[in-house]
Amino acid sequence: MGWFKRLKDGIITSTKDKKEAPDGLWYKCERCKEASTQKEVKENFHKCPKCNYHIRIGSHDYFELLYDNGKFFELFTDLLAEDFLEFTDLKPYDQRLEKAREKTNLDDAITVGIGKVAKKPLVIAAMDFTFIGGSMGSVVGEKIALAIDYCIDNKTPFMIISKSGGARMMESAFSLMQMAKTSAKLSQLAKKRIPYFSFLTDPTTGGVTASFAMLGDINFAEPEALIGFAGPRVIKETIKRDLPEGFQTSEFLMEHGFLDFIVDRQDLKAKIAELLCFF
Amino acid sequence: MVFLDFEKPLENLYNQLDKIKQVGEQGDIDVSESIQELEKKISNLRKEIYSNLSGWQKVQLSRHPERPYSLFYIRTIFKQFVELHGDRCFKDDKAIVGGLANLDGNTVVVIGHQKGVNTKMRQYRNFGMANPEGYRKALRLMKMAERFNYPIVCLIDTPGAYPGIEAEERGQAEAIARNLFEMAQLTVPIVCTVIGEGASGGAIGIGLGDRVYMMENTWYSVISPESCSSILWRSWDYKEQAAEALKLTPEHMFDFGLIDGILKEPLGGAHTAPEEMAKILKRNIKKAISELSELSPEDLVDARINKYRAMGNFARKKTTVTQSK
Ligand SMILES: [Zn+2]
Repeated sequence: MGWFKRLKDGIITSTKDKKEAPDGLWYKCERCKEASTQKEVKENFHKCPKCNYHIRIGSHDYFELLYDNGKFFELFTDLLAEDFLEFTDLKPYDQRLEKAREKTNLDDAITVGIGKVAKKPLVIAAMDFTFIGGSMGSVVGEKIALAIDYCIDNKTPFMIISKSGGARMMESAFSLMQMAKTSAKLSQLAKKRIPYFSFLTDPTTGGVTASFAMLGDINFAEPEALIGFAGPRVIKETIKRDLPEGFQTSEFLMEHGFLDFIVDRQDLKAKIAELLCFF
Repeated sequence: MVFLDFEKPLENLYNQLDKIKQVGEQGDIDVSESIQELEKKISNLRKEIYSNLSGWQKVQLSRHPERPYSLFYIRTIFKQFVELHGDRCFKDDKAIVGGLANLDGNTVVVIGHQKGVNTKMRQYRNFGMANPEGYRKALRLMKMAERFNYPIVCLIDTPGAYPGIEAEERGQAEAIARNLFEMAQLTVPIVCTVIGEGASGGAIGIGLGDRVYMMENTWYSVISPESCSSILWRSWDYKEQAAEALKLTPEHMFDFGLIDGILKEPLGGAHTAPEEMAKILKRNIKKAISELSELSPEDLVDARINKYRAMGNFARKKTTVTQSK
């Protein structure tokens, strides 16, 4: 599916265009190194059937898991990142963008859907780590702002699934300002008394954690996700000693009071459905 | 005097000047003409150097060891200043200072990153790198300002929020996010000025305002040039290139519409005439506050959020493109 195919908003069943891997194809777990078939993994909510490792998945996988019958309507599909700073490091930013679009079939690191979860409407903005490390640039900020406007206009609860290395360096201060922009928009949503669920997945760091990901009325995460402000490598270099076991995991954040609960991907939909009953 | 690497030619002239002055003091030769000539040379050279600073040179100037820090400006600008301490939860962060201040008869709450003026104090101030309690102290003071209807003045000067184990345990990310969320809704004017380094989340954590200004020799970026070099170039050696690529100077930031104005510094940088710089800063803060005071609290908050809402740069797909298979 080319990105241009999703130009017009429309009902998309996220499974329909996806190339199904042959059932016989093997998946080797990154953590326990055990092999399982793709089919087993998929049936196990994209988790390792042997050790329950939560494999990193994309926005459309979450939509499929969460929305009733996998059906949703994609919103705000006409925004494209632009290399307006003409940012070049080892590679020009516009080439990075082009490559990322080609590789992922996505426009940017976030996709916004509206659909029903257990018959209740929910807007979900889900991030894709495969698109330049899930980094937040102008498009991510704008889509979140638009999604919040949509939620205010339609009195619909809002959820963000974070999966990001932080702000996108190639958009420099524009990326930094998206932290202020998304947080300011969330303050408007809060004033309208519309609930915002922040779901943190592996990894969520930097400017994303330090803005919308930490601002949920309810914050929750997948097990063992890396969540933090500074990256572990930076901290290690700063303090010049090893980091404690389990540092910056979901469990660590839960213990220190920054998460309401941790949820296995298998129970995610039921948990969200339960939450929605309270609002 | 401390000279930066790109100021070396200036240093040479100053050394010559010192020598000539010494000769003059011995009294045998009239050196006044030579002194005049050299001083003119120095002034011209300084103009030349400073008329066209690169991004990296501005970064260097922003970190000049003699550059004035928040407490200098606070003590110079305000008639009275009562420093207030602590976040009421955990501790008092020394890298962010704040308190009640009297601005020519009107009360404001002032908050700023603080760096140390010597080796010992730099340690004490943690090099201007705040922990979560610093951001929480700032928020406590800002909430108090709102309650008593006092404008808020923020001075930004940080190499970043501190990346440490305890900072993560206490929620560095949450503290910064909470400040952004709350600052967006404060019903009093917020005037921010970058007086030195404006690095990333650590800077914007007290930097969401109705007006944001930058002094001429400062920078504001999503990441420091050094870290950017290390991540994108996979080496620490590309900081100059990173500084250019990030377009982090006040001139760029103003062109992008991300800040509201640039405060001109005395030639050679704020540290060459700190009192003069303080005057410029004070005049600008007063002007901004008086303009913002015209707005109702509702209009103020709306305008602030709309300002940030508009920040971003992206393209729209051409709607004429049809589906393809
Ligand atoms: Zn496994």
